[in-house]
Amino acid sequence: MLVYRNFRYFKWAALLVLASVIAYWLHQPFAGVPNGGTWLGYVLGTIGAGIIFWLTYLGIRKRRYGIHREGAGKDKRKDGIKLEDWVSAHIYFGLSLIIVATLHTGFQFGWNLHTLAYALMIIVIVSGIFGVYAYIRYPQLMTENRRGLTLNNMLAQVADLDKEMRGITMSMGENINAAVLRAAQETRVGGSFGRMLAGQDASCPTTAARVLVEQVAHQPHDDEAALRRLLSLLVRKEELLRRARRDVQFSALMQIWLFVHVPLSFGLLAALTAHIVSVFFYW
Amino acid sequence: MPDHYKIAVVGSGPAGLSAAAHAAKLGVSHVLLEKTDHASDTIYKYQKGKLVMATPDVLPLRSDFTFERGNREGILDAWNQGLDALKVNIRYNAEVTAIKGQKGAFEITLRDKSVVTAEAVVLGIGLQGNLNKLPMPGAEQPHVQYQLDDPDEYEGEHIIVVGAGDAAIENAVALSKQNTVAIINRSAEFARAKQGNIDLILAAIEKKQVECYYSAAPLKVNAKTMVLKTADGEAEVPADRIIARLGATAPRKFVESTGIAFPSPDPKSLPEVSATYESNVPGMYIVGALAGCPLIKQAMNQGWEVIEYIEGRRPDPADEPLLRERFKGLGDVSVSDVLATIRANVPIFAELNALMLRELMIDSTIHRLNPGDIVFKKNDYTNTFFTIVEGEVGIQINPADPNQLVALKQGEFFGEMGLISGRRRTATVVAKSACILIETQRRSMIKLIKSDASVKRVMDQTAIIRQIQTHLAPHVPKEQLVDVVSTATIESFSAGDTLFNQGEKGDSVHLIRNGSVTISRRIGGRDTVLSYVPSGNYVGEMALLSDLPRSATVKAAVETETIKIDGAAFKLLLQRAPTLKTEIEETFRERVKQNEMMEGRPDAGGIIQFLVEQGIGEGTDVLLIDESLCVRCDNCEKACAETHHGISRLDREAGPTFDSIHVPTSCRHCEHPHCMADCPPDAIHRAPNGEVFIEDSCIGCGNCTRNCPYGVIQLAVQPEPKPGLFQWLFFGMGFGPGEDMSQRHVPHPGKAKHAVKCDMCKDIEGGASCVRACPTGAAIRVSPAEFMSLATLAR
Ligand SMILES: Cc1cc2nc3c(=O)[nH]c(=O)nc-3n(C[C@H](O)[C@H](O)[C@H](O)COP(=O)(O)OP(=O)(O)OC[C@H]3O[C@@H](n4cnc5c(N)ncnc54)[C@H](O)[C@@H]3O)c2cc1C
Ligand code: HEM
Ligand code: HEM
Ligand code: SF4
Ligand code: SF4
Repeated sequence: MLVYRNFRYFKWAALLVLASVIAYWLHQPFAGVPNGGTWLGYVLGTIGAGIIFWLTYLGIRKRRYGIHREGAGKDKRKDGIKLEDWVSAHIYFGLSLIIVATLHTGFQFGWNLHTLAYALMIIVIVSGIFGVYAYIRYPQLMTENRRGLTLNNMLAQVADLDKEMRGITMSMGENINAAVLRAAQETRVGGSFGRMLAGQDASCPTTAARVLVEQVAHQPHDDEAALRRLLSLLVRKEELLRRARRDVQFSALMQIWLFVHVPLSFGLLAALTAHIVSVFFYW
Repeated sequence: MPDHYKIAVVGSGPAGLSAAAHAAKLGVSHVLLEKTDHASDTIYKYQKGKLVMATPDVLPLRSDFTFERGNREGILDAWNQGLDALKVNIRYNAEVTAIKGQKGAFEITLRDKSVVTAEAVVLGIGLQGNLNKLPMPGAEQPHVQYQLDDPDEYEGEHIIVVGAGDAAIENAVALSKQNTVAIINRSAEFARAKQGNIDLILAAIEKKQVECYYSAAPLKVNAKTMVLKTADGEAEVPADRIIARLGATAPRKFVESTGIAFPSPDPKSLPEVSATYESNVPGMYIVGALAGCPLIKQAMNQGWEVIEYIEGRRPDPADEPLLRERFKGLGDVSVSDVLATIRANVPIFAELNALMLRELMIDSTIHRLNPGDIVFKKNDYTNTFFTIVEGEVGIQINPADPNQLVALKQGEFFGEMGLISGRRRTATVVAKSACILIETQRRSMIKLIKSDASVKRVMDQTAIIRQIQTHLAPHVPKEQLVDVVSTATIESFSAGDTLFNQGEKGDSVHLIRNGSVTISRRIGGRDTVLSYVPSGNYVGEMALLSDLPRSATVKAAVETETIKIDGAAFKLLLQRAPTLKTEIEETFRERVKQNEMMEGRPDAGGIIQFLVEQGIGEGTDVLLIDESLCVRCDNCEKACAETHHGISRLDREAGPTFDSIHVPTSCRHCEHPHCMADCPPDAIHRAPNGEVFIEDSCIGCGNCTRNCPYGVIQLAVQPEPKPGLFQWLFFGMGFGPGEDMSQRHVPHPGKAKHAVKCDMCKDIEGGASCVRACPTGAAIRVSPAEFMSLATLAR
């Protein structure tokens, strides 16, 4: 994604940034404080706006899957443009905006619409940077954490353990029985955003049950074998839950940033349009 | 005195019905013997409301019964009315158990021991065979059934499925969505089924969706329960319904007991019949599926024709218009003239009987080419077979110089290498003079090879010479190869079989003509895979060149055939052809180097081993997912669904992972696609770029779904078109982009189901959508041979 096609899009974006900086630097002596109002400002602003519209278009491009035409895909040697091209270019041109747009503003910020657009852009970019980080880091962790199981496999195993444990606790004290029952009924994996992102559950009833059983095991009691078995099942369940929660956490982390990135992109689009309109108005 | 008839027709499928109807119409004394209590059991057992296709459309129907595309019920009704109207003498519940005697006096014994005599017998018993029944008390009750039409028909029941094969597993899993299901497995594990199904059932058992009784056998069926014998004694299990899927006994044994011979022990082979459908037993005729004609319309035509033949008439075969259509390009010549010319000019077709030749030609295309026209190009992925009726073609043996041609003349054939190896064409072929060629479909050739040993022999002999020339000794003149060729034999190996072991004495070289092998060596007590060798390469030369014992073990990765070349003859050849010797020594040194490198990289060997275990070795183009890049967005599945009528042909999450290489459930476009094996309308083909795809002529019989070992074909109804992106986005209409519309569990009475699978986006601009839609480049399509080469794995 980043090294895609040997940094092809990185090079193009870098070229753009370089050109902007040089132009800005050359321009400075002539116009004092160059901002959106100068010819360079217009050029950089237009480039910036163009890039933003194009970046947002990724949302549509991503869902445009292919054009059906008899025999169209025949020539396999002629590779089509992949979404990966788009994403790779998206990242580098998105990053280039930091420079291009900043130069466009001429470092003039204030409490106005223009700066709102700028601020939104920066937030979108920062969320994008997080996204790239998430895309690079979590897939590998997720695969390792899963160890060949899918999330459903893990949950099914948890359900099996619950069944087995309830069989054992039937004959045990009321407090253990209740704790294990609660562990079976009230243990949650995922749920709200917070829970998904946390990747753990501080008040997990399964952990509570394990702690209780451990305490009981320290005191004198009669059913040593059953208790030990129960404990090992609880530990196994805890371990599975830990992995399941981490799995949910990784999925969530790989998606959550899009919930910032995409809506704010549209906000940015609106603010930007307003900015452009207003600029022409007050001209 | 037993009842005596002129003609006894056995089996009331489309073929038998049509035969009996024609006999009735002509007023010939006849009887139609049917095993079950209704006519045409195979069609009776189709899923309710199934749309039955009347392929091939161009073939006219010739029967006293009607038949056109329509639903199962309508067709069966029409036939039952026909039976009444023509007063066909049909006897139900009359299973034939033995046929004795000869022409003019056959003695036919039924299950109830009664006997019928007839002058001629028409066998139309199809290929379905006898379903094996539960042998215990109570099994005759109505809630015990031996097939399942539609799993969605049942809800909230306790259902027991008996059996451990594919059918039992598929039923159990499908039923478990709405019912409490138990499956009874005679043994301690599931071994007989396809891997995909084994995974399915184990997952369902693990999730407690299906309860499994291992090592258990049914003892008794009660009204609401079934008694089982299990490892810990008897158990009574609730059962509102019992579905026993115990497989079927193929009709072959019965057919052989009547004296009819099969040409080969291959379980797929069918008895040979003459141009008048007569078997090797005079007076005994075979029609329908058992005669190798897998479609209803053809079966009905044969039924009509066979009665004409028995009555001593010779009607024009019904396929005449089809053949005329085929031969149109040749101008104004009669079909029989063309057939005669083919017979005279093409030796390998000369021995075929008229029926076989006609069938072959229906599946063939006649090409008329001008000098310089290209027949096929090197690296095309076609697998048809060509014979030269007139003229001359040239094979371009040197890609650098297209004018260097080896000529093939009238009567010779080519294209057999692609057919055998399932791989790309090895050379371009052009017309040298104006010529007429016959292009025959892969399926017809395979059928021919299976049923006619002489065709196979002739083809193999030619192929051995050409394969040795192409892959082993390209610059050696034919004369020098005589010894090598005459000592060469063809050897077959199943997946996992050993060609030779490390440490053995080397006495031969194997040229892989189809399939592929792995090379492994024992390192630290463990077999470590060093490399993967696809077809078109040789193995075993090292021991001969160095005169040392075999330095590694070679095993077949998939079903493999090799040309085994005798060591002495090979050494002699090397002496005579010094350039070849240097070439082979070059390869040898290269391989020694590679092996040393691979020994230091056991992880790469592990990947090869894993992929080979997944059957990737038989694929030509495989979808793999690099899980260290995959962000689990499922955009690949969405793209697939979106470009293929809303049904994704790939399941990203399913399938095994090794290191970070994940093999999703998706078609691999096998070299020898199993799915093609039994497709009645021959709807599955390979496109020139290698895509295995299913044509619209699919009749939805589901054979391919069962035959594909990787579970990648589904039967699906074509859903409604989706709304546009903006309609969906802003008005919330219908299905959104990428949403799964397969509705696999919604019944669609009367709507045709078709088999769907990956077609590698052969009609989509820019190539495979899954790969193109992956934002991170995790999804890749690779050729296994390339992917498993050292260069790629050493990245
Ligand atoms: C699921 C499915 C879908 C299909 N869809 C289509 C389609 O849409 N269009 C199409 O053209 N083809 C279709 N086919 C193929 C078609 O069904 C067969 O080609 C056709 O039925 C073959 O006819 P037949 O007469 O040779 O044998 P069958 O139809 O198999 O008939 C054999 C009959 O013989 C009886 N019999 C067997 N043994 C004995 C015995 N010992 N004594 C007395 N009677 C006996 C059987 O009970 C049966 O009634 C489909 C096949 C399947 C399995
Ligand atoms: C077609 C595109 C654009 C045009 C024509 C344009 C035009 C202008 C003009 C004329 C000014 C000067 C206003 C003034 O002097 O008061 C300006 C300033 C500014 N523009 Fe743009 N602009 C464009 C795109 C952008 C983009 C993409 C951004 C960033 C998201 C942006 C952010 C700003 C900011 C922050 C200022 C400084 C405002 C200030 O002076 O207080 N503009 N722009
Ligand atoms: C102002 C600038 C940007 C805008 C307007 C923008 C807009 C968008 C939009 C509309 C999408 C489509 C999301 C979807 O439909 O699922 C998207 C995806 C994405 N963006 Fe941005 N983006 C910007 C900058 C960035 C930057 C700077 C980065 C990285 C450093 C980035 C990284 C990504 C990534 C990784 C995706 C996900 C692609 C996918 O999963 O298909 N974006 N962006
Ligand atoms: S459908 Fe199955 S058998 Fe057919 S080519 Fe694909 S993977 Fe091979
Ligand atoms: S379901 Fe498969 S085997 Fe049957 S007709 Fe269709 S493609 Fe051929």
